[in-house]
Amino acid sequence: MTMTTSLTAPVGLTAAGRTARRTRALHWIAVHSLAIAAALFFVLPFVFVALTALMSDQQALTRNLWPDSWHWENLRTVWETPGFLTWWKNTLLYAGLGTALTLLSSIPVAYALARFRFRGRNLALMLVIATMMLPPQVVIVPMYLFWAKQLHLSGTLWPLIIPMAFTDAFTIFLLRQFLLTIPKDYVDAAKVDGCGEFKALVRIVLPMARPAIAAVALFQFFYCWNDYFGPQIYASENPAAWTLSYGLESFKGAHHTNWNLTMAATLLVMAPVIILFFFAQKAFIEGVTLTGVKG
Amino acid sequence: MTTASSVVKSGPGLRGKQRRDRLRILAFLSPWLIGVSVFFLYPLISTVYFSFMKYDGFTPPTWTGLKNWSYVFTDYPFFWPALRNTLWLVIVMVTLRVLFGLGIGLLITKVKTGAGFFRTAFYLPYLAPPVAATMAFAFLLNPGTGPVNNILGSIGLPQPGWFNDPAWSKPALTLLALWGIGDLMVIFMASLLDVPQDQYEAASLDGAGAWQKFRYVTLPNISPIVLFAVVTGIIQTMQYYTQPLVAGKVASGVIGGSGQQFQPGYPENSTLTLPQLVYNLGFQRFDTGGASVVALVLFALAMLFTALLMRRRSGFLGTDD
Repeated sequence: MTMTTSLTAPVGLTAAGRTARRTRALHWIAVHSLAIAAALFFVLPFVFVALTALMSDQQALTRNLWPDSWHWENLRTVWETPGFLTWWKNTLLYAGLGTALTLLSSIPVAYALARFRFRGRNLALMLVIATMMLPPQVVIVPMYLFWAKQLHLSGTLWPLIIPMAFTDAFTIFLLRQFLLTIPKDYVDAAKVDGCGEFKALVRIVLPMARPAIAAVALFQFFYCWNDYFGPQIYASENPAAWTLSYGLESFKGAHHTNWNLTMAATLLVMAPVIILFFFAQKAFIEGVTLTGVKG
Repeated sequence: MTTASSVVKSGPGLRGKQRRDRLRILAFLSPWLIGVSVFFLYPLISTVYFSFMKYDGFTPPTWTGLKNWSYVFTDYPFFWPALRNTLWLVIVMVTLRVLFGLGIGLLITKVKTGAGFFRTAFYLPYLAPPVAATMAFAFLLNPGTGPVNNILGSIGLPQPGWFNDPAWSKPALTLLALWGIGDLMVIFMASLLDVPQDQYEAASLDGAGAWQKFRYVTLPNISPIVLFAVVTGIIQTMQYYTQPLVAGKVASGVIGGSGQQFQPGYPENSTLTLPQLVYNLGFQRFDTGGASVVALVLFALAMLFTALLMRRRSGFLGTDD
C-alpha cells in the first residue's frame, strides 16, 4: 500500500464512523419511539379498564378518565355477586379436567401418527387437520340433539368435557409436529433394552417432549377458559353451570348503566390468564411458534 | 421403522408380529377413532340429512327436499348480509392483521432496549379472553362516555358511533382484532429471526438499502409464513363468532343470559357472521333444517381454505423421514 492511502484512510474512517454512529442513534430513536407508541396502543386499554373499574358508580357515568376516589371494594362486590364464585369453579373444572383429558387421550395418538407407518395414515392426518379447522358451529345441531335429547346432559358442562376424553385435533397436530423432531434412535435404543412401545413412549419420549406438552396444555386450558359458544349452547339454561366467559356478559345486563362493576368483572376474568402467562411465558411463545413455523 | 424391522425379522413369526403391530397401532389410535366418528363424522352426516328435513326439535322430522336450501338462499334475511360481512372481514381485517402483525414483528426484532418489556406488552392482549376483550372495547369505544371518543373530541377529531353505527361496527371489530395481534407477532418474529444473516450481508455488499433488503431478502424468505397467516386468518374469519355477537349485544343493550332474545347483527346486520346464523336458526328459531344448510355452507368454505393451506404449504403435513 502507498503512503497516500494509509494517510487518508484513518481520516475517512473517522468521518464515516461519525456519520454511521449518528445514523445508528437516529435509527435507535426511531425504532424505540415507534415501539413506545405501539406499547401505548396495547397497554392503554388495560389501563382505562382498570381505572374505570375503580371509580364510584356516579363517576363511571361521566367522561372522566381518572378516578376521583379509589373504590377497591368494587372488585369485592363483583367477587361476592351471587354466582360469580360458581362460575369461577365451573370454569376451573371445565378447563382443568378438559386439559387433563385432552392430554391423556391425545398423546398416544400424536405419537402413533408421528412414529408408525400404516395404511390410511395420511387420511388420518388429513382428518385431524380438517377437524382442527372446522368451525364448531358446523356440527352443533346434531351434537346438541345428541347430548340434550339422548343423554339429557344439557344444562351441564359435560357435553363440553366428555369429548375431550376422545382427543383434540389441534393438540394432536401440534404434538405430532414436535414428536417428529425427536430422533427415532432414542426409541429404538429403548426397545433394544427391552422396553415395549408404550413404555418407550412414557419413559423416553414424554420427558423429551415436555416443552411441547406444556405448550399444548396451556393452549387447551386457555381455549376452555375463553370458550363462549360451548357454554352458551349447553349451559345457558342453567346459571349454576355457567362459566366466567358466559356469565361475564350478564354483568352488563345487571349493571347496564354502570361501567365500573362491569369493568371490574372484566378485569377479574382477564387476570387469571394473564397471571398464568407470566409463569409460563416461555412455554407459550414456543407453542405459538410451533403452530406456524415448524412443519 | 416398525415395518422395516418386521421385514428384517421375516420368518415363521412374521404373521403374528404384523397382527400385533396392527393391533398396537389401533390401540394407540382408539381414542381418536371414537372421537372422530362420534363428534365429527356422525354429526356431519346427520347435518346433511337434516338439511333436507323439516324439523323443529320436537315433532318428528319430515322430508322437504330442497326447501331449506332455497329458504336460506332466498328468503332468510340474514344470509347474504352475513356473507357480505365475511367478505369485508376477509379483505380488510385479515389483510390489516397480516400487515400489522408483520410490522410489529419487524419492530420487535429491531428493538434493542427493553425488548422483553415490549414483547410482553405487545403479546398480552392476545391472551385476554374474547368476551372480556370485547366488553373492554365496547366500553372504550362507547360513543357517550368512552375514553376513545373522549380523547378524539378533545383534540377536535370526529367521534364515530363505533359499535352503535353500522358503518363503524366492523372497523371497531378490526381495531379489537389488531389489539390481539400477539399470535401473528410471535410467528412473524420467529420467521424473521430465521432469515439467514449472510443474505443480508451479501445484499449490503451489493449496496442494497433498507427497503431493498426487505424487498429482496426478507420477503422471499418469509413469504410461506405470510401465506400461512393469510389462509389461517381466513379460516378464523369463518369461525368469527364471539366478538361480533358480544359487541352487538353490549352495544344494543339487549343482554343477559337466557332472558331476552337478541336479534344478531346489531346495528343493522352489520356484525352478522355465518356461525351466528347457525345459532339464530337452530337455537332461536328452532329451524334445524335451515341451521344445517348454513352449517354446510360454513363447512364447505372452511374446507376449501384448509385444502388450499395444505396444498400450498407442502411441509404442513410433515414427514417422518
